Amino acid sequence: MFDQLSERLQSTLSDVRGRGKVSEADIDKAMREIRLALLEADVNFKVVKTFTATVKERCLGADVLGSLNPGQQVVKIVNEELTELMGGTGRDLVFANKGTTVIMMAGLQGSGKTTATAKLAKLLTKEGKRVALAACDVYRPAAIQQLETVGKRAGAVVYQQGTDADPVEIAGWALKKAEEENRDVLIVDTAGRLHIDNELMDELVRIRKKVKPMNVLLVVDAMTGQDAVGVAESFAESAEFDGVIISKLDGDARGGAALSVKAVTGKPIIFASTGEKLEDFERFHPDRMSGRILGMGDVLSLIERAEEQVSEDEAEELQKKMANETFTLEDFLKQMRQVRKMGPIGNLIGMMPGMGAMKGLKDVDVDDGELDRVEAIILSMTPYERAYPEIIKGSRRRRIAEGSGTKIQQVNNMVKQFGQMRTLMKSMANGKMPDPQQLARMQGGKAPRAPRPKIRRR
Amino acid sequence: MPTTWNDILDLGDRATPEIATARVEEEAEPKRRGAFKRLRESLSKSRKALSEEITSSLFDRIDEETWERLEEALILADAGATTTAQVVEKLEHEVDSGLVPPDGQAIKARLIEILAEIASTNRSPIDLSNDPAVLLMTGVNGTGKTTSIGKIAWHLKNEFGLSVLLGAADTYRAAAAEQLTTWADRAGAGIIRSNEGADPGSVAYDAVSAAKARGVDVLIIDTAGRLHTQGNLMDELSKVRRVIEKQMPGAPHETLISIDATTGQNGLRQAKAFAEATDVDGVVLTKLDGTAKGGITLAIATELQIPVKLIGVGEGLEDLRPFDPMEFASALLAED
Repeated sequence: MFDQLSERLQSTLSDVRGRGKVSEADIDKAMREIRLALLEADVNFKVVKTFTATVKERCLGADVLGSLNPGQQVVKIVNEELTELMGGTGRDLVFANKGTTVIMMAGLQGSGKTTATAKLAKLLTKEGKRVALAACDVYRPAAIQQLETVGKRAGAVVYQQGTDADPVEIAGWALKKAEEENRDVLIVDTAGRLHIDNELMDELVRIRKKVKPMNVLLVVDAMTGQDAVGVAESFAESAEFDGVIISKLDGDARGGAALSVKAVTGKPIIFASTGEKLEDFERFHPDRMSGRILGMGDVLSLIERAEEQVSEDEAEELQKKMANETFTLEDFLKQMRQVRKMGPIGNLIGMMPGMGAMKGLKDVDVDDGELDRVEAIILSMTPYERAYPEIIKGSRRRRIAEGSGTKIQQVNNMVKQFGQMRTLMKSMANGKMPDPQQLARMQGGKAPRAPRPKIRRR
Repeated sequence: MPTTWNDILDLGDRATPEIATARVEEEAEPKRRGAFKRLRESLSKSRKALSEEITSSLFDRIDEETWERLEEALILADAGATTTAQVVEKLEHEVDSGLVPPDGQAIKARLIEILAEIASTNRSPIDLSNDPAVLLMTGVNGTGKTTSIGKIAWHLKNEFGLSVLLGAADTYRAAAAEQLTTWADRAGAGIIRSNEGADPGSVAYDAVSAAKARGVDVLIIDTAGRLHTQGNLMDELSKVRRVIEKQMPGAPHETLISIDATTGQNGLRQAKAFAEATDVDGVVLTKLDGTAKGGITLAIATELQIPVKLIGVGEGLEDLRPFDPMEFASALLAED
C-alpha cells in the first residue's frame, strides 16, 4: 500500500533520528524529502504544500529544536499531521432503523464500482443483512451481466430491467421491490461517468433524489494521480458523497489520492478494497494507515484478525513464549493453523511492523503448499518431540519422514528453519527488526529479488 | 501536421487507401452520443485556445516565480517530480543563457517543443504488416482495454476496410466475453471466445488458429485486467504471449498497454512490470476526455522508451485518435 512513502520517510527521518540536535536547515532538508516523497506518492500538489508548511511550523516550535530526541519528535509530528490529514478515527455506514437503507455508488469509469458493490454486499451479508443490488449502469456493455454474476456470488439478489430502461426509473423501481421483499440494504450500482459530463452528473443527482440514499460512496482508484482532487470536488458538489472507497489498494500505488481526497473534501475514506476476491474488502482506518506510512505497520489490523481466532490469554501466553524462546513446535502448529485461517500469508507479512521497509520482502513468495508439508511433519511428531525438537535425530527423523510422507532432508530443513524462526521471533518480540537475509533463508533459500531502482531526485 | 491514422498504422503490403470515415449507425452508437459529440468539439476548441491559455497563466512575467509556476503545472499534469525537474531545469537554463529570448511566446513555444520531443521518444507505427497481424492488449484493471479494442477494430474495419477478429482471452472477469462480443458486433468484427474460467492461453491459441484459417487481416486479443504486482498473473500473461508466439512465430506483432490518463506515478511502475512480462510496444492513453492529462506517459517514454500510439477520448466507437506529440504537449499545460 503506502509502502514506498513509508520507506522514504523512514530513511529521511533516520538521518535526523538519533542525532543530538536539529537546526532549521535540517528541518528544511527533511521537509524537502517529505515533499518529494508525498508528490511521488501522488498526494495533490497543494495538499503537500500545506502539509509540509504545517509540519515545519510545528517542528520549529520550541519542543523540537534543542530537545533531547528531536528526530523522534519529527516522526511523531509527521505521523500526527498525516493522521489528522486522513481524518481522525474513521467513520462507518449509516443504517436506517427500519425499512431499506440505500447505498449509492459513484465514480469514474473503471474505478471499481461494480466490484466494490459486490464486496460490500458480501461484507454486509456476513454481518447478517439481507442485501439487494440495483443495476443502474445501462451504458457499459455487459455491465448488468457482470453485476448479476458477482452479486450472486456475494449472496445478494440483483434487480435489473435491462439496458433500455432509464437508470433513475430502475433505481426507484428497485427500491420499491427491496422494501416489498424486506431487504435491509439496497446498493445502487451506477455507470462510471466523468465529473465534467454535465448530462451524466445530472443523472446522478436525479438518482440520488429518487432513492434518497443514506450513504453515497465515491469509489476512487488508488493509483489516481493529481486529478483525484478535481474529480472529488466535482462529485462532492453533484453527488454529495458521504464517504470514499479506495480500490485496488493491493497494487503498489502509493495511494496519495486517498490523502488528497480527504484533505480537500473533508469526506472520510470508509472502505479499502485490497484484492481480487470478494473477501478482500475492509473498513479503512486512517489512524492505522498513517502509522503504516511511517513504517510502523498496520499492527492493529493484524491483531484484529488474530483476535478472531485467538483469545487474549492465549495471545499473552504466546508473546511470553516468543520472548523467552520457549515456543515449541506444538505452539507453532497451533499458530500456523490460526494464521492460515487469517488469510494469505502475503497480506499478513505486509501488515507486520517494519515489513514495508524491507524492499525485497514483497517478492518473497510464501508457498501455502509448503505449509501443508510442514503441518504433516509436525503431526507425525510425538508431543515430546514437538516440545523439544532438538532431540529429533536418526531414527526419529526417519519415522517422522515416513509418517508424513516427506523426505528426511525435508524434516531436517523444517526443524532447522524452526530453530532459526524461533530466534527471529524472539528478537521481534523484543522489539528488534528482523534481518531480510535471515527471513530469506527461512523460506528455503529464496533470496529477495533486487530492490527496484530509486527514482532520481533533484 | 498532426498525426493521421495513416501515420500511426503500418499496414505493410495491403493496398488499402484510407476510406472516408463512415458515419456510425444510430443503433450502434452508445446512448450518450450528444455528450460525446460536445466533448469532441470542446477538445478541439481547447486545442485552438491553448496559446492564450498557457501564456496567460505561466509566462505573463518572467521572474523567479515563473519556474515555480511551471513546476506546479507539470506536477499537476502528473508529469512527476523527476520529469518536471528535467524539463524546468532545461528551459530555465536555455532562457538564462539567452538561447531562448525572455519573451512569453518564445518560452511557451520552446516548452511545447521540449515536451513534444520527450513525447516523441521511440515513435513508431503500430505494426499491422503481417498476415494476420496480431495485436495483444494488456493493462491494469479498469484502464479501458476492452473498449479500446472495440474502437481499434471499428477504425480498421470502417476506415481501412480490413477484416478484424477479436480474441476474448479475458476469461476471469464476470461477463468479459459478453462485453467484448458487444463491441465485436458494433465494430463488425468476428469473435473467438470460451467459457468463463477457461484457460486464457487456450483462447489465445484458438484465436490465432482461427485468424490464420479465416485469413483475416487483423487479430486483436483482449486479456484480463491485472495488477502488475500480482506475480502469478504476470506469469500467466507471459504464458499467453508464448502460446501466441508458438502458434505464429513473430506474433504478437504489436503489444499495447492501456494506461488510464488519471493514473499518477504508478503508471510508470505498471508499464515497467508489463514490459518485463511481455515486451510492450506502445501505450493506449485512455480517458483523455476527462480532466487528467496523462503526464506520466512522459516518464514512460523517457525511462522505458515506450511511446504512446493511440489516445482514447470517450466511450464511443469513434473516440480514438492517433497520438500526436505536439497536440499532447500543448494540452498538458492547458487550463481546464
